[in-house]
Amino acid sequence: MIDLKNSVQSDIKTQEYFLNMGPQHPATHGVLRLILKLDGETVVGIEPDLGFIHRGIEKMCEYDTYRQIIHLTDRMDYLSSHINNEAVALAVEKALEVEVSDRIKVIRTMMDELTRIASHLLWWGVMGMDIGALTTFMYAFRDREMINEIMEETTGARLTMSYNIPGGVMFDLHPGFPKRVKEFIKHMRQVLPEYDRLLTGNIIFQKRMKGVGILKKEDALNWGATGPVARGSGLHTDIRKRFPYSAYDRVEFEEAVEEGGDNLARYQVRMREMYESLDILEQLVDNIPEGPYQMPMRNLIKLPKGEFYQRVETARGELGVFIVSDGKKNPYRVKFRSPGFSNLNALLKVGLGWKIADLVAIMSTFDFVIPDIDR
Amino acid sequence: MNYFKKIAIAIKTLLQGMSVTGHYFFPNILKRKYVITRQYPDEPPVVFERFKGEVVMWHNENNEHRCTGCQACEIACPNGSIEIIWKREPDPETGKRKKMIDKHIYHLGMCTSCSLCIQACPTNAIMWSTNFHAATYDRSTLTKVLNRPGSKLMAGVEE
Amino acid sequence: MILSNANIFSQWLESTSGLGYVLVLILIAALYLGFFAVAGLMLVLMERRVAGFFQLRLGPNRVGPWGLFQTIADALKLVSKEIFIPKQADKFLYKAGYYIVIIAALIGIGVIPFSRQIQGFDINVGIFFITAVSSVGVLGILFGAWGSRNKYSLIGAMRSGLQMVSYELSAGFAVVTVVLMAGSLKMTEIVEAQQSTWFLFKGHLPAIIAFMIFIIAGTAESNRVPFDLVEGESELGAGFHTEYSGMGFAYFFLAEFINMFIIAALTSTLFLGGWLAPFGITDGLPAQWFWGMFWFFLKTGVIIFLLMWFRWTFPRLRIDQLLTLEWKYLLPVGLVNTVVMALFVWKDWLIDLGKIFGS
Repeated sequence: MIDLKNSVQSDIKTQEYFLNMGPQHPATHGVLRLILKLDGETVVGIEPDLGFIHRGIEKMCEYDTYRQIIHLTDRMDYLSSHINNEAVALAVEKALEVEVSDRIKVIRTMMDELTRIASHLLWWGVMGMDIGALTTFMYAFRDREMINEIMEETTGARLTMSYNIPGGVMFDLHPGFPKRVKEFIKHMRQVLPEYDRLLTGNIIFQKRMKGVGILKKEDALNWGATGPVARGSGLHTDIRKRFPYSAYDRVEFEEAVEEGGDNLARYQVRMREMYESLDILEQLVDNIPEGPYQMPMRNLIKLPKGEFYQRVETARGELGVFIVSDGKKNPYRVKFRSPGFSNLNALLKVGLGWKIADLVAIMSTFDFVIPDIDR
Repeated sequence: MNYFKKIAIAIKTLLQGMSVTGHYFFPNILKRKYVITRQYPDEPPVVFERFKGEVVMWHNENNEHRCTGCQACEIACPNGSIEIIWKREPDPETGKRKKMIDKHIYHLGMCTSCSLCIQACPTNAIMWSTNFHAATYDRSTLTKVLNRPGSKLMAGVEE
Repeated sequence: MILSNANIFSQWLESTSGLGYVLVLILIAALYLGFFAVAGLMLVLMERRVAGFFQLRLGPNRVGPWGLFQTIADALKLVSKEIFIPKQADKFLYKAGYYIVIIAALIGIGVIPFSRQIQGFDINVGIFFITAVSSVGVLGILFGAWGSRNKYSLIGAMRSGLQMVSYELSAGFAVVTVVLMAGSLKMTEIVEAQQSTWFLFKGHLPAIIAFMIFIIAGTAESNRVPFDLVEGESELGAGFHTEYSGMGFAYFFLAEFINMFIIAALTSTLFLGGWLAPFGITDGLPAQWFWGMFWFFLKTGVIIFLLMWFRWTFPRLRIDQLLTLEWKYLLPVGLVNTVVMALFVWKDWLIDLGKIFGS
């Protein structure tokens, strides 16, 4: 018998080398810099370098009034800007013990779900691009455009809406809103199976996704992963289900949880979430209650002394807003627990041992928004 | 057999994907049926009435506006994109010295379109316009004076 | 112009001698260079328009009628750009890179018969020659990437070398199945052998399998999606030509498209009867050289469109999956397929439509 293992020439040496991935790299979706230690094409070490888009939003919040904080949260995770706004608005309302009307709750919930679908659609398109299928991007953007138009019609902006204010929403719903939402739901139900045919079923896609980048349940828990990343590993972390806010306690939906923990599981979670969001929209669109869209609030909001925390489920995971107030018109300290930052830690655990191409795929299933990580 | 089955499934899924793109390609090349892009300068864009383009001050035909110079918008603005330069001048009717705006300066380049100024305005003097042609070659042109020269306060606003 | 069945270029060469011979050679070379540039630019434009229609948009349509001059404008822009050489680069290899790539592509075109009368040079090992020359191009990629001293480039080039070495094999086996049917390596004879039936139909099952293998291997050799790991823009930025600017980049870019053209032209020559009209519908018409080119470019265009369709639909493979596909699927299937084809040729189980319809 030939000893295959030892017959390989042992005096050939390979050297590990470093590769700078970013801050200007197409796969990092922004200005994240990963310093990769590579052995050939295999990743053996990842070190993230953050702060390229750090704007000090938390510090800026300390100089703003509670109304003014909200427009800053738009610029954190810009793909779920409405949900970020809602987190601050809810925290302020919680502190002031204001109960908002049903109409506000329903409006907020519907906008949340639209934002979530828009975010997942963008993710789907970009994820296709990351693994080389360039056409998915345009298909996703075609459908995302419908949401953008719904948003623009009601809020006047397409991405950074600043639509929530403490105690309500900025404007009332546009009269054309329900009709457009219904059109959108109908359209989405048609195109989602098409997405599956184009990408999900594809053999190359399956090979690239299945069993790649496995995030174990314990790791997800230990590193504080939330959102679709944790749910792909089998953790039930949906804030909408566990700590319902706004109108989530009155709608029926299923928490999308997959057990695999690999890329495909995270992919499936997001695809299923889109269906669930459509269900939620369908339940609410015909039952928008009448009522005021803004609760009467004082012109200058002053929070009572104390600490207030509110968590919401953004498209990327759990966003926590922690406000420390000393009774003045400005907060003493604001802390955002952003989902992207914790998920990045999980990436460092998951990415090791895979090829560069896999790392790109894993990063796109983690769905980072860099301003969300850096703030 | 498993080997050939795998190949057959692979080819089937690939053809499935191609059928989706092909389904869009052929009507597009013949009739532009599914083309979603808008040829911008030729086709005018759809502008929604609530679109937040820039802040403008409403003037009526007598060159009168509704701004009393209360500075609520300036205080509400998180970015300092509104500056109000005001003056005290005697009212021609009563002769009393009263506060009125000299210049309502708006920095479009700093504005984040949060609508807080418009919410704060007690007299509905300022509003959004749907103008989206904001691109310029010179940053200084983004600083605008909202009240027109020679305009004055509309009667009956202050009550 | 003499319109017999003989090659126009060789007739020119035979009718001259001395200085005239050299001049004619230069003229032919200039003609090919001109074709190279025009075909490259047109292919880039076609790719962009086709991509546009696949992606629910229009593609470039502003410069000239239907955007026809878009790529010419792009080329002018690239010419006017600064040629930037990294400080640490190995200047000789860096510059040699794109020349090798483009020369390999140009020589490859020379053997392809555009019609019965138009072919650069018709040597008796034509198809073998093309296979040999087209694999030289990867040297240029390796040179350029090594010379530019960029890790992204190097990774891309190493992938390219790996890919080329692997996929040449199954492309070769697909070619061998055709050569078995034709009984010759000469391009014109391969086409003439398809006079009654195209090889794709003549060899029915094994030929169809060979056709599919050749298309897949050809896509891989021309570095296109789903095998574009060499560039892999979401992984490696721009792959091997990351450090190239201006015309250096343009040469690589054009060579890539010309390689795609060569693959498509080979496919149409080997399997789809090259310049021959289907069922001989244009045989009696005058200007046979034009009709030959018409059919040749139509078939090549269809294949190119197919390659573009792949590109705008499929995601990219990973490097180990790429090798798995080749060594575990394409190569064994191709090997068996060649033997089966030899059996078919020996037993004469081929389909000859000419005999069936008795024409």
